[in-house]
Amino acid sequence: MVSATGLTRTFGQFVAVDRVSFEVAPGEIFGFLGSNGAGKTTVIRMLCGLLRPTSGSGTVAGFDIATRSAEIKSRIGYMSQKFSLYGELTVDENLRFWAGTQRVWGRLFEERREWAFEMTGLGSRNDALVADLPGGFRQRLALSCALLHRPPVVFLDEPTGGVDPEARRRFWDLIDDLSAEGVTVFVTTHYMDEAERCHRVALMHAGKLLALDTVAELKKIFAPGSVLEIECEDAAHALDDIEDLPGVIDAAFFGNQVHAVVTAPEIAQTIQQSLESRGFAPVKVRPVPPSLEDVFIRSIREAEEGREG
Amino acid sequence: MIRRILATTVKELLQLKRDWRTALALLGMPVVLLMIYGYALSFDVTDIRLGVVDQSRTQDSRRVVEAFLKSGYFVQRAVVDDSRPLDNLFTDETIQAALVIPSDFASRISARRTTSIQFILDGTDAQTANTVLGYARQIVASQIGGLYDIEVQAAYQADPLVWYNPDLKSSIFLVPGLLAFILMVSSVIATSLAVVREKERGTMESLRATPIRAIELLLGKALPYLLVASVSAAGSLFLAWALFDVPIRGSLVWLAAVTLLFLAGGLGWGIFISTIAETQQLAFQLSLLSSMLPTLLLSGFIFPISSMPKALQILTHIVPARYYISALRAIVLKGVGPEVWWPQTAALVIYAGVVLLLATIRMVRKL
Repeated sequence: MVSATGLTRTFGQFVAVDRVSFEVAPGEIFGFLGSNGAGKTTVIRMLCGLLRPTSGSGTVAGFDIATRSAEIKSRIGYMSQKFSLYGELTVDENLRFWAGTQRVWGRLFEERREWAFEMTGLGSRNDALVADLPGGFRQRLALSCALLHRPPVVFLDEPTGGVDPEARRRFWDLIDDLSAEGVTVFVTTHYMDEAERCHRVALMHAGKLLALDTVAELKKIFAPGSVLEIECEDAAHALDDIEDLPGVIDAAFFGNQVHAVVTAPEIAQTIQQSLESRGFAPVKVRPVPPSLEDVFIRSIREAEEGREG
Repeated sequence: MIRRILATTVKELLQLKRDWRTALALLGMPVVLLMIYGYALSFDVTDIRLGVVDQSRTQDSRRVVEAFLKSGYFVQRAVVDDSRPLDNLFTDETIQAALVIPSDFASRISARRTTSIQFILDGTDAQTANTVLGYARQIVASQIGGLYDIEVQAAYQADPLVWYNPDLKSSIFLVPGLLAFILMVSSVIATSLAVVREKERGTMESLRATPIRAIELLLGKALPYLLVASVSAAGSLFLAWALFDVPIRGSLVWLAAVTLLFLAGGLGWGIFISTIAETQQLAFQLSLLSSMLPTLLLSGFIFPISSMPKALQILTHIVPARYYISALRAIVLKGVGPEVWWPQTAALVIYAGVVLLLATIRMVRKL
């Protein structure tokens, strides 16, 4: 439904997106995970026909992004990172305008408006000014505005920024529903918990695609039991010591704890002892299932080591 | 296409309705400006303080003085004799003008011989002096000859007849310029702000991902402001007619046609600015500098083009208001047809065409 081959975009000397290739199947929830400035938005903008690729190619709904952007635009829904509604207009007026841009009017509009009210739970507030709505409602309304013309593909660029966890959960329930109806969802995020809800996740860093697979597969880069969670006093200083211990491949902060990637789970004992002997007691070490964040950090490290080496 | 333009227009109108400050400014400013120019900033001069030096002291000379006073423009402030020299009265601003009638005035009149009267003016304010001179010339030409059944010859060569605006009322002269000003402001500033606002908020990005075409969006955005500007212009014209007796001698259809042409250029320019500016503030400043100021200063609205330095005169050729104002004066004040003002109309067509082309090229390139 969406594909990219060697997609590249430079701004002057800066390479924002560097030879990115992928393939998204119909009905798939495809996540783009990366920090700010990783190039996620640039990829979306190229796919939506808002930005010309410097090199490489891509297709959306079967149309070439370089030459057929008009056809693409009537077959996609796009929710940009910025708030895309008019705060001084009511819910109804916003729906009507965005529907108008997609040639959805008359009877069809009435129908789709009902659907949008149902989906957002905003039916009773259709005369409220959008500026007066809570963030979660606005986000759902923005999504429904992007879906009024029933596009087969929808691009969501960090759709849940600045929204409370409960609203985020509701929003993702909507994404699941869309996917169940066969809509392809292309979503960027920097929330790990959101990425876990995607069918497949692409890890992006500094313009490059580091890894692309299902969450379960991505986690398999770690041998079972090879991620240890270490809880100790003064973790900030302990981190350096942990990294230098034999058998530790990598270590990084994870909240208040340190997550260490080790060659074998058996060295947990050794780690605990050596840390205690260095005055970081009490020390607790236990194996944990790797999180997506572990995978992400590991992938970035590997990519950077690869570049240096 | 039409429905998408309309969808945009409806949206813009709703936004304008909610943003009542802007709406009020667009509709109210013309009225305020008209009042200011019509009443306060009028270039008309009345109650000119006149000093009278009547060396003749006869029935005949008093009739001359009376003619000046009865005109309504002059009030007598001093009867000058040898005790107070004229230049003193001028320097302490007791008087602004003086009328000097020579001692042999009456005798020469009755003998049917050439005589003259002297009119002295404080020229420190050239604009006022010119206006007063105009009044004096008119009084002499129209009144005094009749008094004595004689032929009046001014000491300088000039045609004292003023056509189209015989009372030299500045409101009549200013209204066409004011219309140009109002239309320019509402078209350029309002359009550029309306487009840049979308960029600033980020909604432009979402709009660009929909099939709506640049031209549809622009037309949809321009239409409401065109409407508001037209209402403003019609209102101003009506007020000018009702309050200041500005005659509308020509055809309203021609007036509307030339006005729409002028507006098209203004809207095009507003759109062009919006493709350059990324913030509303910058768009506002660019609009102000490139449209409001030239319309005010370089169009002949207030300062006659013919009295500008050569370099500025050349510059006025790229100010569309210049053509619009002169076409408007021709239509409104003179009531003449297109055979007279077609060159101005052609200039407006060229301007609108070039600007709209530039705006479209910039828009398309950005997409």
